[in-house]
Amino acid sequence: MNDERQLLTWLPRLRRYARALAGNRDDADDLVQDTLERAWAKSGLWRGVSDMRAWLFGIMHNLHVDAVRRPRPPIIAVDADGLPEVAMAPTQSERLEVLDLQAALAQLPVEQREILLLIALEDMAYGDVAKTLGIPIGTVMSRLSRGRERLRALMEGRATPARLKVVK
Amino acid sequence: MNPNTPITEADLHAFVDAQLSPERQREVQAYLASRPEETQRVQAYREQKSALRSLFDPMLDEALPARLLNAARPRMPWYQQRAAAGIAIALLSGAAGWGLRSGLQPAAGPDMLARQDASAITLTSAAGFAQRAAVAHAVYSPDQRRPVEVDAAHEEQLVAWLSKRMGTPMKPPHLQALGYALEGGRLLPGGRGPVAQFMYSDAAGAKLTVYVSNEVVGPGQHADPEPAASDTRFRFTREGAVNVFYWTDGSWGYAISAGVDRAELARVSSEIYSQLGAPRRP
Repeated sequence: MNDERQLLTWLPRLRRYARALAGNRDDADDLVQDTLERAWAKSGLWRGVSDMRAWLFGIMHNLHVDAVRRPRPPIIAVDADGLPEVAMAPTQSERLEVLDLQAALAQLPVEQREILLLIALEDMAYGDVAKTLGIPIGTVMSRLSRGRERLRALMEGRATPARLKVVK
Repeated sequence: MNPNTPITEADLHAFVDAQLSPERQREVQAYLASRPEETQRVQAYREQKSALRSLFDPMLDEALPARLLNAARPRMPWYQQRAAAGIAIALLSGAAGWGLRSGLQPAAGPDMLARQDASAITLTSAAGFAQRAAVAHAVYSPDQRRPVEVDAAHEEQLVAWLSKRMGTPMKPPHLQALGYALEGGRLLPGGRGPVAQFMYSDAAGAKLTVYVSNEVVGPGQHADPEPAASDTRFRFTREGAVNVFYWTDGSWGYAISAGVDRAELARVSSEIYSQLGAPRRP
């Protein structure tokens, strides 16, 4: 898949992951755009890349880590296109549940969140997660374990998060 | 593995994610049988996973913003083929069904829990699959320089390579009798794993592509290990200048795309269908 057009075919999946990682559409699309630009800047390396997915998601990981460390000034969103944020489930109770999950996810430390997401959304093998994030597999497993347990606690209202107010 | 090896925390997660060997998967299952609390925890993790997919999978179906399409678009030296990229981008940005949610993972095999996991995942119709096939056709068929990754002169290598990557034997259908010569094939990213694209051309050089995925769940089907052959029906769709015939067979999806008319496409599709023979199993 090492050709010039492959980024087009990866785009929807990069975008899905970025949306889950960054939490809102604008930051997610900025992250995707930066990832694509970085991937093009390094396109000379594509031929030697054996796992394009790990390579692309790894670039996104590095950019996201940098952005989290050094937040840019806030951007006032002008909702020009008027699109809904996410295509939500139809009923109200489902919608509340969905928002809860999104809020709970945002409470996870980023290093746990990205592992949960790579496994849930991309179905990555643990070894590929380790390769993507540049960490040992043991670290993947311990962060996965902590992340899942923390998310469960948040969803069950057992953890008292900083921002999340559980509305019953 | 030694059945007495203690079950670890990592095993429980690998159990949730169907990343264990079948033997170990059974051992964990036996371990859980007498531990309701751990079972509940495993179930909660499984639900988390499918809830995350339900929440974010709609992103796959969304129209893509122009700035991202521009950022992903090939630059030099592909500029001369801008027109083709334009067609693909028109398809992508108008996409109604880019998303292709999978059912079974090939690696999981006919395992009870993998099945349960898969059925929890949001399933969509095969229409998204056909859309992807049309986009892949529009992107790759106009390429004069490198329309395929492995060409037909190396058909054996092509078969071996695609079979390895798709995790199951993959053979390109033979369409010479209908006037289409195999040019070769390539792999593309699907909803999860790779999908295969075979490219053919007729005497005039017009292209026809066959797009094969084993992660489709057809309409009305569940991610059941028994291929629901009874639901195998040809469907037809049109994406811009590209006509697509497609059908599903268990978790397998086939889409035939070309710029030819519907009758011609039906003829080719019937031939391919009959060459495939009995429903295939992952």
